[in-house]
This record gives sequence, C-alpha cells and structure tokens, in this order.
Amino acid sequence: MCETCGCGDPELVPIEIQESILAGNDRVAAHNREHFAGAGVLAINLMGSPGSGKTALLEATAAAWSGKVRLGAISGDLATSRDADRLKAAGIPSLSITTGSSCHLDAELVHKSLHDLDWRDLDLLVIENVGNLVCPAVYDLGQAVNVVALAVTEGEDKPLKYPVMFRKADLVLLTKTDLLPHLEVDVSVIEDGLARTMPTAAMIPVSAKTGEGMDDWLTWLEAQRKAVTGAGVSTKAAAG
Amino acid sequence: MHEYSIVQALMSQVETEARKHGAVSVDRIELKIGELSGIEVDLLRTAFEVFRDRSICARAELEIEVVPAEWSCPTCRELLEAGARLQCPDCKQPARLLSGDEIVLQRIEMEAA
Ligand SMILES: Nc1nc2c(ncn2[C@@H]2O[C@H](COP(=O)(O)OP(=O)(O)OP(=O)(O)O)[C@@H](O)[C@H]2O)c(=O)[nH]1
Ligand SMILES: [Zn+2]
Ligand SMILES: [Zn+2]
Ligand SMILES: [Zn+2]
Ligand SMILES: [Zn+2]
Repeated sequence: MCETCGCGDPELVPIEIQESILAGNDRVAAHNREHFAGAGVLAINLMGSPGSGKTALLEATAAAWSGKVRLGAISGDLATSRDADRLKAAGIPSLSITTGSSCHLDAELVHKSLHDLDWRDLDLLVIENVGNLVCPAVYDLGQAVNVVALAVTEGEDKPLKYPVMFRKADLVLLTKTDLLPHLEVDVSVIEDGLARTMPTAAMIPVSAKTGEGMDDWLTWLEAQRKAVTGAGVSTKAAAG
Repeated sequence: MHEYSIVQALMSQVETEARKHGAVSVDRIELKIGELSGIEVDLLRTAFEVFRDRSICARAELEIEVVPAEWSCPTCRELLEAGARLQCPDCKQPARLLSGDEIVLQRIEMEAA
C-alpha cells in the first residue's frame, strides 16, 4: 500500500489453508455416520461398473434373507428409478436418487434422501451408487463399509486399472461366476491385482443366478453387522 | 466427471476465504492432489478454466503439486515398492498409505483492497 496516503497498490495476502477440498462433504458424511450408528443400522456403499450386477445381488440377498434381516436400499441412478422399482418388487424398501448429470452420489444427496425412507427400522441399508468405477470412490457418504461388485465379464485387469476404487473396498464381490465356464478369465489374476491395490484384500465369488457364494456373502454381512451393532440377530425384524 | 464438483467446492472455499479477508482478487491457488485421490489433474484444470470466469479466481494461477502414492509397513516402517503387493514382505502386515490420497487446498494468495 502507498506509504503516504494509504491508497494505491493492493496488499498481497498469503493464506495457509491446508484443508481438504472435500471437507464440506466429509462433514455431512460424518453426520450421516452418526445417524446410522445411533440407529444401529449398517450402511453399505455398494459400488461397481454399470451392469456389474449390483441390483441383482441385492435382489438375491433379499430373497435369501427374507424375514430374518431388514434390508433397505437407496439407489443412485443418472436418469431413471428402475433400480428402486426392481428392489421394491423384491420386497426391499427403496428410494431412488436421480443424479442427473452427476456421476456419483455425495453425502448431501444421501442425507436428503434419508427423510423419505424409514431407514431407522432397518438392519442394513445398502446405498447402491451410480454405476462407475471412478467417481463414487472419491465421496464419503457416511457408510460403515465399501463393497465393490466386479463382474467376471469385466476383464482381469480392472483392479490395476482402477486402483482408487479398489483401495477403498472392504470387500470385492466377484459377480456372475456362473459365466466363468464361457469365458477365458483367470480368477487368480484378478486376485493378484486386488492384492496390489487393497491393503487387506478380501474377495467373495458370487452368482446371483445360481446362488453360488451367497452364504459366504451373508456370513460376511453378519460379521459386519455384529461389529456395528454388537448384535448378531435382528432385533428389528421381530418387532415389525 | 466429478472434477467439476471438486472445482465448485474449491471455488466456494476460496470465496469464503476471500470474503473473510476482504480480498478483491485471488492471484494464486496451490493444491496438493494425490496420485491415488481419484482426481485427474488435467480434467481438474479444464474444469477450473470453465468455472473461473467472472469469479474472484478469474486471474488466479492454479498451481498443482501431484503427490505420489507411498505405502509402508506400519510395524517395521519399510517402504513398499511401487506396484508391489500391499503386504509387508517381512511382517506380513497390511501396508498403510503414507501419502498419495490428498485432495487439499494448500494455500491462497489474494489481494486485499
Ligand atoms: N449370468 C448372470 N447374469 C447376471 C448376474 N447378475 C446380474 N446379471 C445380469 O447382468 C445385467 C446387469 O445386472 P444389474 O443387476 O442390473 O446390474 P447393476 O450393477 O445393478 O447395473 P446398474 O445399476 O445399471 O449399474 C442384467 O442383465 C442381469 O440379469 C449373475 O449372477 N449371472
Ligand atoms: Zn443397479
Ligand atoms: Zn441429519
Ligand atoms: Zn466423475
Ligand atoms: Zn514390516
């Protein structure tokens, strides 16, 4: 600034911020997490490519668990509510978040949608993210665990090509295993890729069509539920 | 392309700071973006060009430091080689990410009136 009259040159101000650009999203995610923990609901962020079999897996899960565990879902979709419609038909209370042009869900979208679903009565809330192996991995939603559905038809190199997504995964479900006899896919190559991208690699091969691996998946879910609620069996299913 | 959402969040962070300090314009923005953050630096720059017009960042220089991914063993502190299995070859412990996932607004330089 000018020494004599205070006019003239503006003053250059450097400011150290050192804050995540996602701090706003992370605050809402932490708030969602408190909601879920407070109500004893295990929230899962289910991610994967378009068509990797996320909705089919939920349909099969609901069929296998009917009456035992209360399962609900929020599904993010670019343009339609088809997934939520399918899930409702399978007896899963569901809600659709139409994201328009956005390629991922964020914590605010999830928080807003919680007002329209009786999620507090659930044991397990699955948030089916938009089909996409990149963007959903960037946004925390407040989930307890991340599950990635990877179909055997997607190619053996996917873990190494999308390390950001697989690094965030607590579990990878290798889906559509009933198709393996028709493909030239070496599952051990996928496992090796996961070992190089996930610090604690965990993979369960499943088929929504034949039911293969569903027991292992349900066992894994039970263990996660115990970790969150301290209870093994549903205390909610009986009540309602 | 979530880089657009990232730039919008960045802009509102910068605008908040600018208002707090009574700034008239922003000269420089410094970011740290990790290799494993899920952000494409080129796409981020493109998105910044789209949104900067008519904002307080219109003339700002965007400086991006790309941080490489570094994994190490939580017990023996051994650094893992790039691309290796994420388990310590000695202790068999799962590796821990030391750096490489940051999406951070590091520093702003602005002009106060
Ligand atoms: N053979 C076989 N096909 C499957 C299996 N699971 C899903 N599919 C088929 O794969 C296609 C996509 O399945 P969806 O469940 O809609 O996949 P999604 O991941 O929910 O898809 P988006 O929500 O659009 O990303 C459908 O045609 C399913 O019938 C499976 O286990 N075996
Ligand atoms: Zn779906
Ligand atoms: Zn709330
Ligand atoms: Zn995106
Ligand atoms: Zn070690």
